[in-house]
Amino acid sequence: MAVYLDHAATTPMLPEAITAYTAALTIVGNPSSIHSQGQNAKRLLEEAREQVAASLGAEPIEVILTSGGTESINLAIKGLFWERNTAEVSRPRILVPRGEHHATVDVVEWLETFEHAVIDWLPVDADGRIVLSELSARLGPDVALVTLLIANNEVGTLQPVAEVAALAAGHGVPVHADAVSAYGHVPIDFRASGLAALSVSAHKIGGPLGIGALLVARTATLVPLIHGGGQQRQLRSGTQDAPAAIAFGVAARHPQPSLVRLRDRVIAGVQRMVPTAVLRGDAVNRLDNNAHFTFPGCQGDSLLFLLDSAGISVSTGSACQAGVSQPSHVLLAMGLSEDVARGALRITVGHTTTDADVDAFLAALPAAVARAQRAGFADRRVGE
Amino acid sequence: MKVLAAMSGGVDSAVAAARAVEAGHEVVGVHLALSRMPGTLRTGSRGCCTIEDSMDAQRAANIIGIPYYVWDFSERFKLDVVDDFIAEYTAGRTPNPCMRCNERIKFAALLEKALDLGFDAVATGHYATILTDADGNRELHRAAAWAKDQSYVLGVLTAQQLAHSMFPLGATPSKAEVRAEAAARGFSVANKPDSHDICFIPDGDTRGWLAERVGAERGVIRDLDGAVVGTHEGAHAFTIGQRKGLSLGVPGADGRPRFVLEVKPSSNEVVVGPREALDLAEIAGSRFSWAGLAPEDASIPIDCEVQIRAHADPVAAIAVVRRHATEDRLELVIRPTVPLNGVSTGQTAVVYVGTRVLGQCTIDRTVSAVEVSA
Repeated sequence: MAVYLDHAATTPMLPEAITAYTAALTIVGNPSSIHSQGQNAKRLLEEAREQVAASLGAEPIEVILTSGGTESINLAIKGLFWERNTAEVSRPRILVPRGEHHATVDVVEWLETFEHAVIDWLPVDADGRIVLSELSARLGPDVALVTLLIANNEVGTLQPVAEVAALAAGHGVPVHADAVSAYGHVPIDFRASGLAALSVSAHKIGGPLGIGALLVARTATLVPLIHGGGQQRQLRSGTQDAPAAIAFGVAARHPQPSLVRLRDRVIAGVQRMVPTAVLRGDAVNRLDNNAHFTFPGCQGDSLLFLLDSAGISVSTGSACQAGVSQPSHVLLAMGLSEDVARGALRITVGHTTTDADVDAFLAALPAAVARAQRAGFADRRVGE
Repeated sequence: MKVLAAMSGGVDSAVAAARAVEAGHEVVGVHLALSRMPGTLRTGSRGCCTIEDSMDAQRAANIIGIPYYVWDFSERFKLDVVDDFIAEYTAGRTPNPCMRCNERIKFAALLEKALDLGFDAVATGHYATILTDADGNRELHRAAAWAKDQSYVLGVLTAQQLAHSMFPLGATPSKAEVRAEAAARGFSVANKPDSHDICFIPDGDTRGWLAERVGAERGVIRDLDGAVVGTHEGAHAFTIGQRKGLSLGVPGADGRPRFVLEVKPSSNEVVVGPREALDLAEIAGSRFSWAGLAPEDASIPIDCEVQIRAHADPVAAIAVVRRHATEDRLELVIRPTVPLNGVSTGQTAVVYVGTRVLGQCTIDRTVSAVEVSA
C-alpha cells in the first residue's frame, strides 16, 4: 500500500463529498433554467455557494465559482489590472513578491509582455516572507494591484496578509490573495481581511478537482475573462457545475483537522534521521501540513525516485515542465544556491495521514538520502 | 536485474523496455530531458527534446505497466554534446553528436546515476548485440537487422559500460518487425517516424544553426595550387568530401567536379580539388578505446574492417596501435586496403572483426593516398 505524503498537491476526496457528488450527478436541470427542475438545481447550487462562503467568512454573492485555483488567479489579477487601467487612468505597476506560485508568476509576466504591465518584484526574506518595508516604499498611485500568497505552497511560510492589506488600503490599492495552499489550514475571514479578491480550490480540501472559487468583494469590480450568458455577476459566464459545487460545499463545511502533530513528527523525525537536512520556511509561522527540507549533496528528484520505489509519494515542491524538476524559484528567491535548491523535498500530510505513514517515510528516508548522495550531481557536472 | 529503460518516446526504446520486462527484469522507464527549452511540440520527426516525445514515452510506459520518470540532463547535454559540437565545427572538424551523447550522457552520466541509484543496467532501443564469450567477457556486435545496425555509434563503449548495457532489439531481423510488435502491444508510437539528423537542430538546417552560433564570414575557396576559385559564406558550413553547394564560378582546369578537401577555420578558407585527392591511405587517432576486452597485443597488426560513418560501408583494413612518429603518445593506426575518401578529422573510425566491434578512435591525423601539392 503506497504511503501518500503529497497532500499539498491534491488531497483525497472526502467520502462525504464523493457521496454528495455522485448523488448530485443525477440531478436534472440547468441552474439557469426557469422551470421547476432548473430551480431545484439552482437551489442546490446556491446552498453550496453559501457553504463555501461561510467557510471563508464571505457572503454568497462574493463567491464566483471557477474551474480551479489557476482560473481564479487569472481572473483576479487580469481582471483587476484591466479594471484599474482604462482610457483615462494608467496604473501599470503590479506589486508581487518573489517566490509566488507559477499561476501568479506566469499571469503577471503575460501582462508585462502583452498589456504593458510593469512588474515590481518584492524581495522576500530567508524564510520566503515578504519584506513589508519594501512593499510600503513601493506603493503609490500608479499601482494597479498587489497580489500574494497567504501561505507559500512550497515552503509553507505564512505571509502577513493583514499588514499587506492595511498598507495597500492606505493607497487605495486592491489586494488579491492566493489562498489555494492555505485554504483549510489557516482561518480565513474574507470580510475582515480588507482583500479585494481571494482564490481557493476545492481539491485541496477534499472536494473534487475542476472547481474552485474566486471571492470578489462586493465593493470590488473587475473585468471578466469569459463572456457569455452573464452568470455569476457577469464575472464568469458559463453553465454552472452544480454537482461539483455541491461536493465542494460538503468539503467546505467539513471540519479540517489540525495536522500540527503529524507535521511536527515528520519535522522532528527528519532532523533526527538526517541531521544535515535543513528545514526551509518559517519554523513556527508555517502551514500545519507542510514539512520542507533541503538535503545537502542530494538531488531532490533522486530522493523522490528512491522514495517512490519504496512506495512513498512525496514532492520536490517545485513546478515542473514536462516532468522535469527545475531548481525552485522560491528557494532561489530565499537566497539559496542552485545546488542547495536542487536538494529540496516537500512532505505534506493530510486528513488520511496516519502515524504509520510517517513511520514508513522516516524508515525509508536514511537509505534514500545515502543513495541519493552517492548519485549526487552526476547528471549535471562534466566529469572525468 | 533492476533495469533502467531509457525511453526517448520513439518506437524502438518502447519495444526495448517491454522486452526487458518480459525477460523478467524489474524495469523503470526514464526519459532524458536534453533540451533547455522543453516547451516545444514536435514539428517533424525529432528524436528527443520535446514535450510530445516525453508524453509518448510515458504512454508507452503506462501500457507496459512500469514506473516512469523524466531526468534532466539538459545542462550536461549542452556542455558535453551541443557545445562540443559547436567547438568541433569551429575547429574545422566534423563531430558525431549522437556518438558523443552515447559516450558522455547515455552510457556515462545516465549509467553512473542509474548504478548509484541501485540499478544494474541501462537498456536502450539501439540496434546492436551484446554477446558474452566463454570467459564471461562481453562483446559488442552488429545487429541482426543490418540496415538498422547502430553498433557504429556504440563503438565508444568500454568493457565496463558494456557490462551494464542491454540492447533488447539486437536480434530482431528488421525494423518492420519492431513496428509490428509495437502495434500489437498497443503503443501509440508504432508508426511514429524515425528520428533523423541531429536532435537539437529542430529543422535539420545544420548550416543555419551553426551560422547563428559561430557567426559566418565570407571567405575564399582555393584550389590545390592556392589560386582563389570562389568565395563562401562561412567555412564551418563545409565538410570534407562535399561536392554540392560550392557555387564555383570557374570550372576546374580539367573540367571535372571539385570536392572540399580541407576546411581551415583559422583563415576561414576552404580548399577544393579533384576527387582522388580525397583518397586516404591511412587514418589514425590518439583518442581510442576497445569495446570490451582489449587485444592481447595491439602492436601486432589486426585484419579488420573500418567504418567511418554511421551508414558507410565497412572497408577492409589493417589496424595497429603504435607510438606516434614524433610525439610521446600511442595512436590507433588504420590502413584501409582500398583508399577511404571523404574523411574529416573529428570523425570516428570504428574497427570491426567480423560482426564484432573491436574498438574505435577519433580521427586526428590522415595520410593522403596520392601526392598532392597543398
